[in-house]
Amino acid sequence: MRRYSGRALVVAAISTAVVFGVLGVIIVNAPGWEAFRRSFLDGENFLESAPRIVARFEVNVRLFLIAEVLILAWALVLAVVRGLKGPALFPLRLLATVYIDLFRAVPGVLVIFLLAFGIPGLRLPGVPNDPFFWGVVALTLVYSAYVSEVYRAGIESVHPSQEAAARSLGLTQLQALRYVVVPQAVRRVIPPLLNDFIGLQKDTVLVSFVGIVEIFRQSQIRQQATFNFTPYLVTALVFIVLVIPMARFTDWLVARERARRSGGAVDATSSGGQRARMWGL
Amino acid sequence: MPKNIRLTTLPLALALLAACTAGGGSSPAASEAASGTAGADCTAESLETVADGRLTVSTSNPAFPPYVLAPEEGEQATEPWEFGDPTKGRGFEAAVAYAVAAELGFSTDAVDWIALPFENTFAPGEKDFDFALQQISYTEERAEVVDMSDGYYFANQALVSRSGTDLEGATSIDEVRAARLGVASSTTSLAYVEEVIQPEQDPMVYNDNDGAIAALQAEQVDGIVVDLPTAFFITAVQMEDGVVVGQFPGADEEEYFSLVLEKDSPLTDCVNQALATLSESGALDDLTQEWMSDSAGVPEIAP
Repeated sequence: MRRYSGRALVVAAISTAVVFGVLGVIIVNAPGWEAFRRSFLDGENFLESAPRIVARFEVNVRLFLIAEVLILAWALVLAVVRGLKGPALFPLRLLATVYIDLFRAVPGVLVIFLLAFGIPGLRLPGVPNDPFFWGVVALTLVYSAYVSEVYRAGIESVHPSQEAAARSLGLTQLQALRYVVVPQAVRRVIPPLLNDFIGLQKDTVLVSFVGIVEIFRQSQIRQQATFNFTPYLVTALVFIVLVIPMARFTDWLVARERARRSGGAVDATSSGGQRARMWGL
Repeated sequence: MPKNIRLTTLPLALALLAACTAGGGSSPAASEAASGTAGADCTAESLETVADGRLTVSTSNPAFPPYVLAPEEGEQATEPWEFGDPTKGRGFEAAVAYAVAAELGFSTDAVDWIALPFENTFAPGEKDFDFALQQISYTEERAEVVDMSDGYYFANQALVSRSGTDLEGATSIDEVRAARLGVASSTTSLAYVEEVIQPEQDPMVYNDNDGAIAALQAEQVDGIVVDLPTAFFITAVQMEDGVVVGQFPGADEEEYFSLVLEKDSPLTDCVNQALATLSESGALDDLTQEWMSDSAGVPEIAP
């Protein structure tokens, strides 16, 4: 077992070195490499742009933290409403279903445009016209539609006998959801929830369309002032640094859940191959 | 290919006139060109263009007046132009492009137009156009990445607001400073706002002028800064209650629009030579007068 995993490691290392080495040689020898390097990998531009761009990331962080809290709560409401049983509740189920279909169908950037420019354009008294506010609302509307489907998948994955048992103990439909079904469901869907959270973090750049100077807009301003694309590299790196640890963490959660469900018969960290799977590789 | 080109003959006539009358003397914009172009062979046959024997010019789509005019009533629009149709040759930049083309020896039939977003004009790699023009202001940083010609228009920045706002009657930059300003990111207007106006609040920055206009209408900003000719188009066509508050004095360095060419393009010297000829003959002034004359008589916003 150990020896096999050692040899696998060597093979993996050699194969990786060959593949990336060949790719690197091809890219560096491309006819446009010099021009590409000047436009995308300009060290001086990078150093000059990075502090200004990173400083603007604060706007995105604020945006996705506020929105994520609202999304998690609102999406759960949608998922529960959609799963309610009984003919009298049909209109509610219908509304939830239409909402979810609608906001999954419309591109997020359009929702942001329509809300941030459209609603203030109505000039209703008392309605805020702050584009940041409408950015949060738009992202919440769009992402809660996705996230409610994740919740729903989790709720439906809980065996019906769980709910039946809860109801037989005298719990109402909502109580059974609240104390029995949803806690189990949420635990199961934490990885896909994190997945959508990552999507949300990246989609915060869409609020730049309505004038907010956040990380993407700041890099675009630098790019258009210098005719050089290196500032985008700065932005890409910021997201990589943010998202990759979270992606690995999500994979680790999935692997742990799998190991846990297989009844503890396999120790999740017993071999190299298993360890690689835990990190999603 | 355009199916139905019906070019107004005036720009062409002017260009031909210019070609005949080109003489000595050198304007400031032309001096740089003149020094580097002695002996360059600038004829349609010998120029290395994207398509042999043809000149490919790029601008934005939609393009707007007064730079590119829409087809007249009854006239068929050319694909893919959504608003302004440069193939008709009307509008300042369309006319300048055809005038430069004529200087280089390309007939109007030998000019092809392509629609490219601003970013694509300076993305690395080979260009699909011989030159691009869409109110791109010259800056030294930009000129390191692409070739930028001598100026064909010298633009002032202007302030557009809604009628009925405090900003409407502003006469000095101090009065503008307290306002919430919007500006498009691809413009040098942004640099002007940050460096010269220095507003008290960070400006809002949009993809393009249309985003800034939408925000002005939604009352998310009090005023937007654009170049003066664009300000006229906005208030005349795009915004019912828009007003041109005034034009700003020029920045320290003179601001002008350049044609954009691929870095080290063999055409750059010839294009500069053509612009110099047009400038010396007065043809460029005539085109400016013809298409951009509204710019005169706008109150100045004092520093």
